[in-house]
Amino acid sequence: MNPMISLSGLTKTYDGGFQALKRVDLDIRAGEIFALLGPNGAGKTTLISIVCGLVRGSSGTVTVGGHDIVSDYRAARALIGLVPQELTTDAFETVWNAVSFSRGLFGKPANPAYIESVLRSLSLWEKRDNRIMTLSGGMKRRLLIAKALSHEPRVLFLDEPTAGVDVELRRDMWALVRKLQQDGVTVILTTHYIEEAEEMADRIGVINRGEIILVEDKATLMHKLGQKQLTVQLAEPLAAVPESLAEWGLERSDEGHALTYTYDAEDQQRGIADLLAALAAAGVEFKDVNTRQSSLEDIFVGLLREAA
Amino acid sequence: MNLYAIRAIYRFEMARAWRTLTQSIISPVISTSLYFVVFGAAIGSRIPQVEGVSYGSFIVPGLIMLSLLTQSLSNASFGIYFPRFTGTIYEVLSAPVSYLEIVISYVGAAATKSLILGVIILATAAMFVPIRIEHPLWMVTFLVLTAVTFSLLGFIIGIWADGFEKLQLVPLLIITPLAFLGGTFYSINMLPPLWQTVTLFNPVVYLVSGFRWSFYGIADVSPAVSLGMTFLFLAVCIGVVAWIFRTGYRLKP
Ligand SMILES: Nc1ncnc2c1ncn2[C@@H]1O[C@H](COP(=O)(O)OP(=O)(O)OP(=O)(O)O)[C@@H](O)[C@H]1O
Ligand SMILES: [Mg+2]
Repeated sequence: MNPMISLSGLTKTYDGGFQALKRVDLDIRAGEIFALLGPNGAGKTTLISIVCGLVRGSSGTVTVGGHDIVSDYRAARALIGLVPQELTTDAFETVWNAVSFSRGLFGKPANPAYIESVLRSLSLWEKRDNRIMTLSGGMKRRLLIAKALSHEPRVLFLDEPTAGVDVELRRDMWALVRKLQQDGVTVILTTHYIEEAEEMADRIGVINRGEIILVEDKATLMHKLGQKQLTVQLAEPLAAVPESLAEWGLERSDEGHALTYTYDAEDQQRGIADLLAALAAAGVEFKDVNTRQSSLEDIFVGLLREAA
Repeated sequence: MNLYAIRAIYRFEMARAWRTLTQSIISPVISTSLYFVVFGAAIGSRIPQVEGVSYGSFIVPGLIMLSLLTQSLSNASFGIYFPRFTGTIYEVLSAPVSYLEIVISYVGAAATKSLILGVIILATAAMFVPIRIEHPLWMVTFLVLTAVTFSLLGFIIGIWADGFEKLQLVPLLIITPLAFLGGTFYSINMLPPLWQTVTLFNPVVYLVSGFRWSFYGIADVSPAVSLGMTFLFLAVCIGVVAWIFRTGYRLKP
């Protein structure tokens, strides 16, 4: 199946000379929920902005639904709904007018019944005649979603949809995204939080310093993320890992003062109790143990080290 | 053509004018009325006829032009600057609309507003002084051309400005002096010869002169030249707008 969105060799150098995207190649499949994960300044918003026509790419090509975003921008953009990262709304317009405006802007004839259904699904129906400035922050974010959905897009971009959003709204938002997916809409969301990607996405792309460093099915990535490390501080430094402990794949560190065991948190087969027993059996004395979950940060560091 | 989009933006802009009715209609009407009281009645009664027209009537076309210029500028510059300032411009830039459609809707709305205003001022003026219009078709042509041209100029300023000061500065520092020195309140034949020549570099002279000719048949420069200069100015503005969109200047990084 052809990808819904295809970026190839996409580069962006801002006027100041800063390179925000470095030859990005990425395909987004039709109907999937794709999470773009990365730290501040990684280039997530830049990438989205180029696809949506807000920023001009420096080189490379982008197609949406097979339409080039430059030469066939009308067809490409008509497919897209964008919910920006910042809460940018008019102040004096009413909710109803703002959403109707968006629909017209994207070239669709008025359809009050559809607008009503969108507003209802986002719990904004009661607020339809209110001016936007009287809405709360969470309502404004929902309004931005309503505007993005007003023209029945096939692709929805959510740029950090849950920043500053309470738990309940977050849950509503996930429900909405799932419903959109059932309707066949492709959803791309950006986030800093691995949990968010875990909750929602079918596939996850990790971007750092303008480079896509990994694109993986969620299940595969979660497996990697599920790795934990147990570090044992030894009473006496070891020159080498004892033969009898070879099967555990331990790593010596801190000049032999510590041993590190990496394991899968989900895997109950080889529990840490067994390891500690094995250490005792091998006559290795230890004074402290600690465990830690590998974080997104570790994955970044690991991936970057691999890339270098 | 994305007609739905043009209509959406146009309506949005007109609704904004409706909300700020005082600012967009009432205040120019009041200030124009004041001009009539001061220049027309108080001072004008001591000024003899200008080229066979009473002074009060003589200044009407100039005053309408003055309002048309300043209102077109401020309508159009605010219309595009404000969404840039608040960030809501993202929606228009990400929509399947062409640059031409964006310009048509924003400039069209700004020009419509100032045209409505021009007509209101004309009606206001008619209550104070006798007015006759010898060439109605020319009058409408000059009115529309000026509204469109200066709305385009306002659109350019609204994109160029990176702060509210600049937005106010250009009309204040450049356009208002040009308008006042452009023969709004006098015939440039009243000036010493040297100044008459200098004045010919002021584009507003041609607008006011041509417009006044369409009223009373009297002009500082021939109406054909006026029309030509207006078109020239329009062409320059169109050229600049085209360049802005081609390069993404201040709109798309
Ligand atoms: N208009 C601009 N001009 C110059 N540099 C820019 C511009 N916009 C973004 N950048 C730079 O490009 C880089 C990527 O920014 P971008 O907004 O895409 O990051 P992001 O991944 O969305 O970050 P965040 O998670 O903080 O939203 C940053 O270093 C930023 O400073
Ligand atoms: Mg961002």
